[in-house]
Amino acid sequence: MAQVTIENVSKTYSGDMRAVNSVSIDIADGEFIVLVGPSGCGKSTLLRMVAGLEAITEGSIRIGERVVNDVEPAERDIAMVFQNYALYPHMSVRQNLAYGLKNRGTPKPEIEKRVADAAAILEIGSYLDRKPRQLSGGQRQRVAMGRAIVREPAAFLFDEPLSNLDAKLRVQMRGEIKQLQKRLGTTALYVTHDQLEAMTMADRIVVLNAGRIEQIGTPLEVYRNPESAFVASFIGSPAMNLVPAHGESGNLRVGEHVVAMSNGHAVPDSQFMFGVRAEDIRLRGEGEDADMELTIDYVEELGAGRLVHGRIGGARLAVSLPSGEPLSDRLHLVLDRDRLHIFDHSTGRRVRREMETAG
Amino acid sequence: MHKTKFLDHVILLCGVFLMMAPVVVAFMTSTHDAVDVHMNGLQVTWGGHFTDTYKDMLLKKGGFTGEVTGARMVMNSFILGIGFATGKVILSMMAAYAIVYFRFRLGVVFFWMIFTTLLLPLEVRILPSYEVMTKLGLVNTYTGLIVPLLASATGTFYFRQFFKSVPDELLEAARIDGAGPFKFFFDILVPLSKTMIAAIFIIMFVYGWNQYLWPMLMTNEESFYTLVRGIKQILLVWVGSQIPEYNQAFALAILAMLPPVLIVVIFQSWFIKGLTESDK
Repeated sequence: MAQVTIENVSKTYSGDMRAVNSVSIDIADGEFIVLVGPSGCGKSTLLRMVAGLEAITEGSIRIGERVVNDVEPAERDIAMVFQNYALYPHMSVRQNLAYGLKNRGTPKPEIEKRVADAAAILEIGSYLDRKPRQLSGGQRQRVAMGRAIVREPAAFLFDEPLSNLDAKLRVQMRGEIKQLQKRLGTTALYVTHDQLEAMTMADRIVVLNAGRIEQIGTPLEVYRNPESAFVASFIGSPAMNLVPAHGESGNLRVGEHVVAMSNGHAVPDSQFMFGVRAEDIRLRGEGEDADMELTIDYVEELGAGRLVHGRIGGARLAVSLPSGEPLSDRLHLVLDRDRLHIFDHSTGRRVRREMETAG
Repeated sequence: MHKTKFLDHVILLCGVFLMMAPVVVAFMTSTHDAVDVHMNGLQVTWGGHFTDTYKDMLLKKGGFTGEVTGARMVMNSFILGIGFATGKVILSMMAAYAIVYFRFRLGVVFFWMIFTTLLLPLEVRILPSYEVMTKLGLVNTYTGLIVPLLASATGTFYFRQFFKSVPDELLEAARIDGAGPFKFFFDILVPLSKTMIAAIFIIMFVYGWNQYLWPMLMTNEESFYTLVRGIKQILLVWVGSQIPEYNQAFALAILAMLPPVLIVVIFQSWFIKGLTESDK
């Protein structure tokens, strides 16, 4: 158990390829941090630097009180779970679990005890003597977890551990890993490209893009108040609607539509992207004025609701509506004023408005 | 459909016949006595002298000096075959390990240097090799027989390809588990390469077993004769009206064939796995 501190860490590959750019994260003891971003954003590189599999170009990483920049992976007191599990194919499950401890010179009875404990926690006791190839994907995943647990490390590192599982198993393992981590109280750093995993598992999410941190925050913070257009479009499914617009004396103008804004919600008089989540748009009520009119392209039925995709002016927009009622070709929509986001036209950063700065 | 199947079998049987007939003829001939063979040529029937021929061939001292027996030749062949195959596997595995897992200066250059030796088989460099061995005083030793043949681009290349197909995560997992270069090699890589080692061992054993030119050059004492050389030698003993011991020559040929065949038959499942398996 320990906190992990990542301070101004950069990774430069030969040439000027900057895979990770001055990243700082403070991870509290026992916290579950998820690094999420598109492929090539540097999240795996960052994790591998914490693991010691990748050299750190600049900055420092501390596990507990110790700076581990030049410490061998085996000495860092971490355990890693790989995407393809990386179980030793010629060893039985038992040997796989014990190998690291054996190398460390842990006494035999102690090894046996720890393996038995881990097996009990993960319910893999019945196939301790099988080879990895005789196991299903989910079972292998558990063994990989077991190999991490027996070491009783200061931190778990997960490198997209669920990507090789089918959808159903993924949901199940997601819950199990989360529960297990809470139960053991071990700090965890988890890399994924799946924003749903990030949302459901993390205590805090770190959104990375092109080697830089876009935002750090709890899942709800990141979802509700994305700091940039990138975060807004990456987190949440469907992605947040981002539509080019501009301000007109405090009101929002999208194509030919003008969305009237009251005082607190007033938007700046300039070009920007405005963002709104599909569920923050609703149909016009009785006698209400519509903010905009949507031409429907197609409808996705999701069972619990439906997702209507269409256009306003030239921009695409997705709207989440309850199922059941028949739809006309054109929908009259009202936006939730409290849930509108304004992003700078060129930098993509969030533009704070009066009501946000106030509270 | 049925007709095609029948035809397939006929073709296969023809193949089997073509391959097996010479072996059968050799075996049958070896069970006749020398005079019979000399007068009537090759035999396809059982001659009844099986035990005599094979006992003589294995135990009777023969050759020019009268020192070498068939059993001795079998031993020599095994020493050459096994020594050659073992040495080659060990050497090429270590070379491939260095090339794949260690970043050292000029690594690529060294790999290509090893690779280009494919263009220089023993036959091309046989004179300089012989000279080196003479200067080292290794003529008429097993060391001289085996060592110059060991360096092998083929083996190194096979192992290199195999090591490259081993997922990197395995190395990383081992590093996190505290395994250094030696531990990783012996605990992970060697067990993983088992089938590969078997396959290369078999190929190399047969190759070493069948060596003719190099042993002939390196050893002139008859006690170093291998089976493959012995066959020829028997036919060369043509003193006066003495009839060459054709039956024994055939018996030797059969004997020379046996171990490679047995090894391939026994280990063929491993062999096929080693060359085709990609499940890691």
